[in-house]
Amino acid sequence: MTATLPHPLAVGEIKADFPIFSRQPQPFVYLDSAATAQKPRVVLEAIGEHLATTNANVHRGLYPLARAADEAFERARAQIAAFTGADPRGTVFTKNATEAINLIAYAWGRAEVGAGDAVLISELEHHANLVPWQQLCREKGAELRYLKVDGEGTLSLQQLERELERGRVKVVSVAHVSNVLGTINPVAEIAQLAHQAGAIAVVDGAQAVPQLPVDVAAIGADFYVWTGHKAVGPTGIGVLHGRVELLEEMDPFLTGGDMIARVGFQETTWNEPPYRFEAGTPPIAEAVGLAAAVQYLQGIGMERIRAHEQALGAYLLARLREVPGLTVFGPADPAARAGLASFTIDGIHPHDIAELVGGEGVCIRAGHHCAQPLMARLGVPATARASLSLYNDEADIDALITALHKTVEVFSR
Amino acid sequence: MSSEQLYREHILDHYKHPRNFGELHPHDLEAFEHNPLCGDELGVHIRVADGRIADLRFHGNGCAISQAAASIASEELIGMKLEEAAALSAEWMIELLGIPISPARRKCALLALKTVRGAITGDASWPNGQGEI
Repeated sequence: MTATLPHPLAVGEIKADFPIFSRQPQPFVYLDSAATAQKPRVVLEAIGEHLATTNANVHRGLYPLARAADEAFERARAQIAAFTGADPRGTVFTKNATEAINLIAYAWGRAEVGAGDAVLISELEHHANLVPWQQLCREKGAELRYLKVDGEGTLSLQQLERELERGRVKVVSVAHVSNVLGTINPVAEIAQLAHQAGAIAVVDGAQAVPQLPVDVAAIGADFYVWTGHKAVGPTGIGVLHGRVELLEEMDPFLTGGDMIARVGFQETTWNEPPYRFEAGTPPIAEAVGLAAAVQYLQGIGMERIRAHEQALGAYLLARLREVPGLTVFGPADPAARAGLASFTIDGIHPHDIAELVGGEGVCIRAGHHCAQPLMARLGVPATARASLSLYNDEADIDALITALHKTVEVFSR
Repeated sequence: MSSEQLYREHILDHYKHPRNFGELHPHDLEAFEHNPLCGDELGVHIRVADGRIADLRFHGNGCAISQAAASIASEELIGMKLEEAAALSAEWMIELLGIPISPARRKCALLALKTVRGAITGDASWPNGQGEI
C-alpha cells in the first residue's frame, strides 16, 4: 500500500447509522457480519417507504401505482448491477446466493454436464457452492474434483492448470472470499484459465461483495452470485449476474408466472433474461432495500471499506495471537485475506468459546460454518470465527480479546 | 444466570476429568452418535448382566456440555436396568446437569442419552421429538 491509502472510516458516525447499536442491551459487540450484516437506517426506511407509498405487483399492472412499482423495481436492479459492474439484463434476483448457485447447477448444469464430465470446485467452498454440484454430478455420472487448500489457506493456480489439462472440466466454481479462512482467491485468473480450457467459471461472491470493490465485468466469470443480507441489505434477496448470451440459451430453473412469453395448454415459450429466471412475484421491497444498501456502501466507498477492514483485520490477527493456546487459520498476510478470522483454542471447544464470550456481549460464530469438507481438511471439528464490517473498530476487537482471556481463565481453573 | 455460571465447576470438572471414559472390551452393546451442529461425537460401550448395565464407557470428543453430560450420566447409568435406561427422559438429563440449557445447546446436552438409547434399542430417536431443538 502507498501513501494514497484512503482515510480510515469514522466508525462512530457509521455506527450511528445502524439503529441496532443503540437498541441492543450494552455492551453489544457485533463480530458476526460474515453470517449476516446489520442494517443501516436508510435500508429500513427505503423498505418502509416503498411499502407505504409504492406498493403494487410488478410487470403486470396498467395503473399509475403499478407503473411506479415497476420503475422502482427496475431502478433497483440497475443500481445493484452498477454497484458490481454488471449488466442489468443479466442481473437476476433470487432468494439468496444458495438459490443462485442451484439455479446455475440446474438450468445450466443439467443441460451441459454429462457422464464422464467433471466439475471443479475447491476444498474451501461453503456447502452452498458444493452440495448443488455434488447433486449434479451424482445425477449425471460426472466427477466432482477439488482444488486443494494449502497450509496458508490458499489455492494453487498450478493445480488448477493441471486439473484443467486432465480434460472434461465443464465448470470451475470457487468462492471469491472464503467464509472460514478469509482467503481472497484470484478469481479473474481462475476465470481466464477456465475459459482457456473451454470451461465456464462461476464465482460465489457472498463474502466478497460486502468487503471488496467488486467489478464483475473485469473478473470475467460467466456467473457471479452474492446475497443481499451480508451486504447490509435485507434477507430474502440474492443476486445472480450471468453472461447475457449464456442466460439467453438456458431453460428456466423455476417455472410459473412472470417468466413466460406465451403459455399454451401443452407448451410454453420463455420470457427474456433476467425475467425468465424470476418465476412468481419477485422480492420487490427487498430489491428496493438492497439498492439503498449498495448506495449506502457506495457513499462511503468500497475502496475505503476494504482499506478499513484490511487494517482492522491486521489488528485482529495480531491481538488474537496474544491469547494463550490460540491458533488462527488462513493466510498470515492481511492483504491476502478479508476481515475475518477463524480460530481454535487448545482444550476449549469453539461452541464453549462462543457461548462464554457471548455472555460478555461479544457476538461471534462457532461451528463448521457450512464448510465440513474444509473442517476435515483443517483437522478440526469446528472453529470460532470473528468477522468484521465497516461498523467495527479496535475497541470491538479489544472487547473480544478481553472476553477470550476470561474464557481461557474459566477453563484453566 | 450468566454464561460463566453455566460453566461452573462441576461441569468443567467432568469435562476435564471425564468418568467412565474410554473403551470397554468385550462389550455387549454399542452405538455411536454425533451432533452435526457442534461436531460433537460420542460412542458408548455397554456390558450387560442380569438385564442391567453392568459397566459402561463413553468415548468421543466435543464441547464441554456434551462431554460433561456423558460423564455425569455414566455415574447414574451403571447398575441401571436396561429398560429403565432406555426410557430416561430428556428432562432427567437436563436436571442431572443442573444448569440452564439454551435451545441451541440442547442437542449437546442430550447426546449421551441419545447414544445410550441407540445402543439399547437400536433407535436413537426421541419420542415426540423431545431431543430436538
